[in-house]
Amino acid sequence: MRMFALTLGLLAALLTSGAALAQPLEALVAQLPAGGYPDRARVIAAIAESGDDRAAGVLEALAAGELFALKADGRVVRGIERSGETVAVDPLTGAEIGPLGRRDGEKIKVNNALRRDIAAALGALTLMSPDPARRLAAAARVFAGADPGQIEALDAALARETDPAVRAAMMDARAASVMASDRPLAEKREAIDRLVARGDRDALSILTAAAASPDAALAAAAEAGRAEVERVRALWGTAQNLWYGLSLGSVLMLAAIGLAISFGVMGVINMAHGELVMLGAYTTYVVQEAIRAAAPGLFDWSLAIALPLAFLVSGAVGVAIERGVCRHLYGRPLETLLATWGVSLILQQAVRSVFGPTNKEVGNPSWMSGAFEIGQIAITWNRFWILIFALAVFALLLAVLKRTPMGLQMRAVTQNRRMAASMGVRTDWVDALTFGLGAGIAGLAGVALSQIDNVSPNLGQGYIVDSFMVVVFGGVGNLWGALAGAFTLGAVNKFLEPHAGAVLAKVLLLVFIILFIQRRPRGLFALKGRAVEQ
Amino acid sequence: MTAPRLLDTRSVVFLTLIAVAAVAVPMANLAAEPGSALHLSSFAVSLFGKYLTYALLALSVDLIWGYCGILSLGHGAFFALGGYAMGMHLMREIGPRGVYAHPVLPDFMVFLNWDALPWYWWGFDMFWFACLMVVLVPGALAFVFGWLAFRSRVTGVYLSIITQALTYALMLAFFRNDMGFGGNNGLTDFKDLLGFSLQSDATRAGLFVASALALAAGFLICRFIVTSRLGQVLVSIRDAEARARFLGYRVESYKLFVFTISAMMAGVAGALYVPQVGIINPGEFSPANSIEIVIWVAVGGRGLLAGAALGAILVNAAKTLLTGWAPEIWLFFLGGVFVLVTIFLPRGVLGGLTAAGDRLGRRRRREYRPRTATSGRTTQPAE
Repeated sequence: MRMFALTLGLLAALLTSGAALAQPLEALVAQLPAGGYPDRARVIAAIAESGDDRAAGVLEALAAGELFALKADGRVVRGIERSGETVAVDPLTGAEIGPLGRRDGEKIKVNNALRRDIAAALGALTLMSPDPARRLAAAARVFAGADPGQIEALDAALARETDPAVRAAMMDARAASVMASDRPLAEKREAIDRLVARGDRDALSILTAAAASPDAALAAAAEAGRAEVERVRALWGTAQNLWYGLSLGSVLMLAAIGLAISFGVMGVINMAHGELVMLGAYTTYVVQEAIRAAAPGLFDWSLAIALPLAFLVSGAVGVAIERGVCRHLYGRPLETLLATWGVSLILQQAVRSVFGPTNKEVGNPSWMSGAFEIGQIAITWNRFWILIFALAVFALLLAVLKRTPMGLQMRAVTQNRRMAASMGVRTDWVDALTFGLGAGIAGLAGVALSQIDNVSPNLGQGYIVDSFMVVVFGGVGNLWGALAGAFTLGAVNKFLEPHAGAVLAKVLLLVFIILFIQRRPRGLFALKGRAVEQ
Repeated sequence: MTAPRLLDTRSVVFLTLIAVAAVAVPMANLAAEPGSALHLSSFAVSLFGKYLTYALLALSVDLIWGYCGILSLGHGAFFALGGYAMGMHLMREIGPRGVYAHPVLPDFMVFLNWDALPWYWWGFDMFWFACLMVVLVPGALAFVFGWLAFRSRVTGVYLSIITQALTYALMLAFFRNDMGFGGNNGLTDFKDLLGFSLQSDATRAGLFVASALALAAGFLICRFIVTSRLGQVLVSIRDAEARARFLGYRVESYKLFVFTISAMMAGVAGALYVPQVGIINPGEFSPANSIEIVIWVAVGGRGLLAGAALGAILVNAAKTLLTGWAPEIWLFFLGGVFVLVTIFLPRGVLGGLTAAGDRLGRRRRREYRPRTATSGRTTQPAE
């Protein structure tokens, strides 16, 4: 009925004032105060038809009751509350005119019928906009508003819509509007199918509302649709948790894998491992600063440049720790643990003294920003690339251990140090290189973590307990253990989180590991053989 | 090897020093005129009292690390649990004098809109009950944890790491508001203990004396344990666990006993710490704190009970001085101490001094020298 009135209004506007179309928006706005509600409806329709970009703003202001006609000269202004007083601005340009006293202007009144006209006109105005993004936004607004009065406008817009994405959004909006209308059941069933296909939280709430309707047939159809949506959503929720778990697992693996090899080969725990990760992140920061200063065009390559440098910086510090500290504590793993803890304190304070205690800004290159969607899960590019990177590091490390002479020697020392030494392996060199390799990988992890975490002197501390848990859980001296441990812990953590909250999930996980260690004191993938029995 | 005496020369010197401090410090605070050279401020009394509780904590770590080879990186957890037990009593003592003037509930519970006291707060209005909990809660946790860990023969670095996970998990748990322990802010704003105001000089002096007595008692208990037959079994476990087991000793039971006793001592230290410092919060559970305790022991001399106490006092005095004077140096210093002491002073300051004294030609003492006593490969013959 209202649509009819609007169409009538449109027609009237076209016929009676044929000049209305040709009139500029300024002239139409000036006509708003004149006459009664029917006249105003005609002008509104004309404004909607004007196709002017500024039309939507004027209509919104009118609907909000912000348009006034000045008593002095009849000029139409928009009254905006600004710091307690009303200011008059031009409704089209937004230019400030002056203060608007209570008695200076008369509000251009709208009644409910006009408001609906305006809403419909706004919908139609933007649904027909030449800009696809605006059409999409309009469709989303109609979907959220679900006004049966919009169905015709949507049909009209759908008839000439070619962009598939906008088309889908309009179909959704139509379905939502149909559900709110008093259209026949068959049409509503179609709408329910459409909403089930959409399957998001908004669709769910529309279906839930419809399931409570007094019409039994409709309620049953909506209930079935709701159950379907919830099932699909639960499935996607699981997939999303799995993705979060994989993502967390990849971060944990990057942080822990270097620790795992040095622990495996030398039996010592490097408490400064987290600080080596932090050094890698700071290397990235320094590289990016240098690039910003010298060659901004290379910014997208900053991570590629930072990777080898971070490997070298952290690796060099690692070798220095091994030569300077661990070598003197050979065979005393607990003392090594304490000494490397001391090193970690020194490194932290050194970085704090040089770079300051605050977080450093490390940017994402363009190919790591943003996100993409698969079905209902959103995947950010940086997390995606970190997962790929973690797996690549793992594969590389595996190749080094299995295919190179150094890897052979490392495995020999891991399995039986004395025997390896008797066979001519220079175990002290192997120790230093292993430690350096583990530290270098920590540096690589730091480059990756700089993309998702705050780069501060405390960066390493946040990961140290977690990476130990991975190593202890997965088993020592076994890369597969670190892989399985990291991804298991990551997934378990993320699946517990929705039920228990982030902190409790972590506590439960730690308790689980403490209990797990009772069952398998040497981890998931324990090395077998005489040598590791102590 | 003859059994060592309960009180050797070093123990007598140590106990005498504690006794002198227990008399001199309160005297200097209460009796000496303010402004005179001998006067000690109330702040200093509480500070020294805090050092004494740290010394007791270090003793408890030395008992298990120095004599049984168990490196716990989570002993701060037992200390903090004892502290929380005492803090809960002090909170109940506040009664209706809190900001919200609720007759029973502590302020933070009123703030969180709780309407009743959780069951685990029951009984803490009674001092004797709180004292019991100070010992029982850390003891029970250590018993359960140790029973699980030692029975499965979790040793060496693995044990160290899971003790660290234990304290980390507790820290995260206590940070939660709905745990009912004050969350982030912990327990604070204490008013009085047994009716004595915590602000008064006399109460502070009293707490100092209590800390000194607890330290002396803890020292005597440790000394009694390590000089007994049981203590000799502990040392043998430290040096060659598998051999001790093959000789027929139930290694798990010995370890469990000494670990539980040590946790109880740490709990007592925490309980004395809280009224003197005036606050207990989840930060006490942080893994870094627990690792620091171990370095106190290493600095003073591992396996020499008096050394652990000395180390705790030395390191903390240095911390007070350095953090006041040049805060950025403190971590360099602490880190350097960790590295240098483990490499160059494996027997700590006291051990080093003793060895130097021996070298000067004095009569050699018959005492046990700790070997590089861990489960390291080189120290153990093939088994």
